[in-house]
Amino acid sequence: MSMLKPDFIKPVGLGAVIFAALAFMPTLVDSYYMSLAISVVSFAILATAWSMFSGPTRYISLATVVFFGIGAYTVAVLGEVLPFPLVLVCAGLAGTVIALLVGFSTLRLAGVYFVIFTFGLTELVRQVVSWYEVNVTREMGRYVFLDITQNDIYWQLLALFAVLLVTGFILGRSRLGFALRIIGEDETVAKHCGIDVTRVKVALFVLSALFMTLTGAIMAPRWTYIDPVIAFNPMLSFQVVIMALLGGPRRLLGPLLGVIPLTLLFEVLTASFPNHFSILLGCVFMVIVYLLPGGVVGLYEKYRAPKKRVLATDQNAEPGGNAA
Amino acid sequence: MNTEILLSISGLHKAFGGLIAVNQMQFDVHQGEILGLLGPNGSGKTTVMNLISGALQSNDGKVVISGKDITNLPAHKISHSGIARTFQLVRVLPDLDCVENIEAGLAYRTKPLWGDAAHAAALELLDRIGLSKQAHIPAGDLTYIDQKRLELGRALALQPKLLLLDEWLAGLNPSELQDGIALVRKLKNEGLTIIMVEHVMDAIRSLCDRCVVMNAGAKIADGTPDEVLSDPEVVRAYLGDSHA
Repeated sequence: MSMLKPDFIKPVGLGAVIFAALAFMPTLVDSYYMSLAISVVSFAILATAWSMFSGPTRYISLATVVFFGIGAYTVAVLGEVLPFPLVLVCAGLAGTVIALLVGFSTLRLAGVYFVIFTFGLTELVRQVVSWYEVNVTREMGRYVFLDITQNDIYWQLLALFAVLLVTGFILGRSRLGFALRIIGEDETVAKHCGIDVTRVKVALFVLSALFMTLTGAIMAPRWTYIDPVIAFNPMLSFQVVIMALLGGPRRLLGPLLGVIPLTLLFEVLTASFPNHFSILLGCVFMVIVYLLPGGVVGLYEKYRAPKKRVLATDQNAEPGGNAA
Repeated sequence: MNTEILLSISGLHKAFGGLIAVNQMQFDVHQGEILGLLGPNGSGKTTVMNLISGALQSNDGKVVISGKDITNLPAHKISHSGIARTFQLVRVLPDLDCVENIEAGLAYRTKPLWGDAAHAAALELLDRIGLSKQAHIPAGDLTYIDQKRLELGRALALQPKLLLLDEWLAGLNPSELQDGIALVRKLKNEGLTIIMVEHVMDAIRSLCDRCVVMNAGAKIADGTPDEVLSDPEVVRAYLGDSHA
């Protein structure tokens, strides 16, 4: 591994400086902006984690909220029983187990079948949790009273995002990451090159789900009250997809370019048009897919190297990381 | 000729619904030879290649390489047992550049190469197949013949014992064809064993040590190119009864 080369030290060093600076944000701004910052960082983690799997493989997953919700629910159930770090470990384990099950049972599906399955999975998990709460624990909805401040949440998310970026950075240079790119290009070729396609896909799916689960767990104390409808709201999955697509899911920092403008836009939309949010979200989705198929990153690459990619632009005109 | 058997196929059977694509196929491939797999369109040649490489699962029969049973193993395990292939419709990794396309073959084989070692080996292999100038061009932008070269390069990167070429020489113009034939002969001289599905008669006559001819999923002839091409059964399969 090229761990000690300048091309590794430089971006990691730069990232460390930026994250250290961001950690001082709570001392500079008031709680409204901190709440906005928490939204941005949590979506940044979700969209980056989503892209880590879906970017190279082009499998569009709508299961983001499944893992996010499992994380949040684990905190709701265990938050007052165990110390918080241990709760996070439990959430991570729960997310990993579910992701393994889902991965091995569905990653043989391709294209639209996978999309539909992941969407259905959200509903399934929500119903199962509701059923359990109604029939076994006999209390729908739980309160999360934990001694965790808004700033604590922010710092935890920031740390998780840093870990995610370093993971993604190492992955991008690893055999595993390369295998995923080959699978995205041509799964049959990948198999004949000696890649155990199913194992690679499941591994990345689980890794990506782990970060989503932890995000949900860290975010849970912010709500004080959660029930299955809040924790497993499918809207979140769509928001994450749209952000990642706007930014560009094929680059590590691509999704971030979609997260920042869209989180701000959603903030304005929910504040100004609370009743029309869904339809406006749909419009934003269509505009992005039609006008920016390769995302902001794709636009930049097209502009930067117009000559080299002319031949290939026609083939790449499909919606960035499309499902089929 | 070296008579040691590298690959042995027996009783191989594959049906797609009611259509029997491969019916009780049986043949051996000897170490170091080029075996031509011939037959009219739709006779099941590509299906046999797919069964050997693990792209398809057979219904019955056995595939054995160097004494090891690889019947119906997943494709990546068959690749690890020393079989590499090219595809009838050329398959490169279009958005990756040529070096990365070769590295795809190097990074997951039994003795994998990665990082600087893989990069150096990829450049060396590109040089060997005549693509060193295109090293950093995306594979999707290459010409047809260059994509075919690149696909062969990726197969060679796997260091196979047995190479499966599925109409690798099809669609080339006469001068490209001569280059292609020379390249395959060079591989044979380096000791590689090859099964080639081919329609180009010049290539079959000049390259193949032995030919197996298929018709309607079954073997109808097995011998040297001259023997099988003058076999009445083979002529009948290609041209109909009146020419036999």
